[in-house]
Amino acid sequence: MTRKRKNDGAALNSPLIRRPIKHCFALFLLPTFAAFCIGFLYPFAKGIFLSFCKFKLTKDWTWVGFSNYVKAFQDNSFAHAFWYTALFAVVSLLLINILAFAVAYALTRGIRGTNLFRTVFFMPNLIGGIVLGYIWSMIFDGILSRYGTSILLNSTYGFWGLIILMCWQQIGYMMIIYIAGLQAVSEDMLEAAKIDGASGWKSLWHITIPNMMPSFTICTFLTLTNSFKLFDQNLALTNGRPFIQSGGETIKTTEMLALNIVNAFYANNTNRGVGQAKAVIFFILVAAIGLIQLRATRSREVQQ
Amino acid sequence: MKKTIALLLALCLCLCLFAGCGNNKTESNGSTETSSASGSVYYLNFKPEADQAWQDLAAKYTEETGVPVKVVTAASGTYEDTLAAEMDKSAAPTLFQAGNQGAINSWGDYCLDLTDTAFANELTTDDFNLYGEDGALLSVGYCYECFGIIVNKALLEQAGHSLDEITNFETLKAVADDIHARAGELGFDAFSSAGLESSSSWRFSGHLANMPLFYEFRDNDVTSQPAEIEGKYLDNYKAIWDLYTTDSATTGAALTTATGDASEAEFGQGEAVFYQNGSWEYDSLVNDAEKGFMMNPDDLAMIPIYCGVDGEENAGLCSGTENCWAVNKTASEEDIQATLDFLYWVVTSDEGTTMMAEQFGPCPFKNAKEPENVFFAQANEMIADGKYTVTWAFNFTPAVEDWRAGVVDALTQYTAGTGDWDAVKTAFVDGWATQYAAENAG
Repeated sequence: MTRKRKNDGAALNSPLIRRPIKHCFALFLLPTFAAFCIGFLYPFAKGIFLSFCKFKLTKDWTWVGFSNYVKAFQDNSFAHAFWYTALFAVVSLLLINILAFAVAYALTRGIRGTNLFRTVFFMPNLIGGIVLGYIWSMIFDGILSRYGTSILLNSTYGFWGLIILMCWQQIGYMMIIYIAGLQAVSEDMLEAAKIDGASGWKSLWHITIPNMMPSFTICTFLTLTNSFKLFDQNLALTNGRPFIQSGGETIKTTEMLALNIVNAFYANNTNRGVGQAKAVIFFILVAAIGLIQLRATRSREVQQ
Repeated sequence: MKKTIALLLALCLCLCLFAGCGNNKTESNGSTETSSASGSVYYLNFKPEADQAWQDLAAKYTEETGVPVKVVTAASGTYEDTLAAEMDKSAAPTLFQAGNQGAINSWGDYCLDLTDTAFANELTTDDFNLYGEDGALLSVGYCYECFGIIVNKALLEQAGHSLDEITNFETLKAVADDIHARAGELGFDAFSSAGLESSSSWRFSGHLANMPLFYEFRDNDVTSQPAEIEGKYLDNYKAIWDLYTTDSATTGAALTTATGDASEAEFGQGEAVFYQNGSWEYDSLVNDAEKGFMMNPDDLAMIPIYCGVDGEENAGLCSGTENCWAVNKTASEEDIQATLDFLYWVVTSDEGTTMMAEQFGPCPFKNAKEPENVFFAQANEMIADGKYTVTWAFNFTPAVEDWRAGVVDALTQYTAGTGDWDAVKTAFVDGWATQYAAENAG
C-alpha cells in the first residue's frame, strides 16, 4: 500500500523532478518564444515601422512620417470597405450565432442521428476559404445564370452570397462550442426549474442561456473577428466586383477591409506604405472591437 | 552552476532553431562558393506555358557549364506580386521580366544597363527594347508576338465564304452575321465565346483594347505613357465587341463566367470560325494531342482586328512584345556575369535558339531559328505588302492589372445588360487617369 501511494502523483512533487523544471523553465520556453519573436513580433514591429515609410521592397525605404496614414484616411474606397465590412459583421454575427445556437439546441434534445448531424454540420469548416469561395461562386452562378445575371453583376447578390457562404462555413463550428456549453448546464438546475413549473422557454431564457454565457462570449468574439478579417472567401467569391467608377476613383462595392488592404498594397507600384498604414489601422480597429465586445459579454457571465 | 547549464542548453536550442531556419541560406552560399568563378542564375519566368521548356534548357546549361540556373515561374497573373516578394529576398532573381512602361516605372531602378553586353549585341533590332529616361537599355525584347483574329479557313469555305472577302469591319461583320444566322444548319458559329472570366478577359481588356488605344495614340503622336486618354475610338471598340458577343453561340450574362479554355476548345474543335488570340496559340491549336485539337496548319490564318477605322484595309497584325529581359543590377557581380553568359548562350547556342523558336516564335537575334508558326509568316507577308503594323499601344497602360479589372467589370455589366456603355467609357478613360495618378502618387 505505502509503496503504491508513493508512486502516485506525489512523485511529481518530488524535488528530483521539480528542481530541474524550476531551473530549466527557460529551456522549455525558449523555442516557442523564439518562434513567436521571429514569426510575430519582428514582422509586427517592422510592419508598424514600414507604415511610416515609402517603400517598394521592404529593404529599400524612406521615412515619410504620417503621410501614409493621411492618404489612407482620405481614401474613399477604404471608408467604403470599412462600412461594408461593419455591416457584414453585424449581419453575419447575428445570423451565425442564432442559427448555430438553434442547431446546437436541437441536437442536444436527443433526437436520432444526432452524431451524424453534428458531423455533417461541422464538415464545411474543414474546407479552405478559397476553395469554398470558388465552389459557392459556381453554385450561385449556376442558379443566377438561369435568370440572366451573375453574382459579379449585382452587389446585393454579392453581399448575401458572402453571408450565405460564411453562415454555411461557420455555423458548424459555433454549433460545437454551443453544444459543449449546453451540456455543461447543470441538470439539477433545469430539473429544479421544471419542478417549480417553468416552461421550456422560461428555463431556456433564465437558466440555460445565462449559464452558458462563456460560450456566447467566445462565439460572438470569433464571428466578429472572423468577419472583420475575412479575406479568402471575399477574394474568391466576388473579388470586390461590381465596381463603381466615380470622381476619379474606383469603388469596389463588395470589397472588404482585408481585401482593400491587399489591393492598396499592390495597386501603387512606388509606395506600398499606404497599404501598410491601412493594415496597422485595421489591426488597431479589430483589436479594439474585439476587446470592447469581450468586456461587454464577460460582464454578463454568471459564476456557477 | 545548474542555472548556467540550463542557460547554455537553452542557447544551444536557440542556435539549432536558427540554424534550421537559416539552413537554406548556408547551402546556397556553399553552392555559390563552389562555382564562385561563374556565379549562378535565378530566372523569374513570366509565362507558365513555357515553364517546362525553361526548366529543361536550364538543366542542359547546368550540365554543360556547371553553372546552376534556377528557374521559377510565377502563377498566371501574379507576376508583379511574385517579383516584388522575390526581389525582397537576399537571393533575389538575377533575371526577370520588365515588359512594359509600368514595369520600367516600377523596376527601372533595379535594371542593369544592358548596352553593349555580349547578348544585347546579338540583337537584330532595337524595336522591342525598353529604355530608361537617360537612354540606358533597361530591358531587351527577346521575341515578338502578333495577335489578331484567328480564322479556321476550312470552316469559312464550308460556309461559302473566303478570306479575300474580309478586308474591313463591314465585310467581317457581313460574313460573321451570315454564318451566325445559319449556325444551326452549319453546325458552327462565327465567333468563339468572348468569355469575361479572368482566364479569358485579358483578350479584350488587353488585346482588343489595344485597337482604340493604338489609333488614338497614332493620331496624337503619343510616344510615351500619357497621363490621360480621350477614348475617341471607343465606338469602334464597341462595334467589334458587339460583333463578338452577338455572332456567337454564347452571349449575354453567360459570358461573365465563360473561360478562356472554353473559347479555345470551341475554336479547336471546329465549333467557331473566328477566335481572337495570338501567335502563341499556334502550338496548342496544332499540336495539342491532350486537348484533342490537331488542327491542320494550312487551315489556320490570322487576320487583323477590324473595328471600322478609316483606312483599316491597310492594317497588318498587332505585333509587339511584353517579353523583355531585365538583369537585376543589385545582384552580385558574379551572378550578373553568369546571367549575361547564360543569356548569350540562350540566344546563340543550338539548344537555346531551338527552344526559343519553338516556344516564342521569331526572336530578334542574329542566330535565331525560323519558327514554323504560320501566323508569323502572315505577319511578315502583310508587312511585305506594305501594310502598317498595329503596335502594342497597351504597353503604356498604367497599373495594368487594376485598369484592366475596371474595364472588365464595366464590360461585363454592359454585356450582361445590367450596365451601359458609358460605364465602359468611364472605366476606360477615367480609369486610365485614376490609375496613372495612383501609380505615380508619392
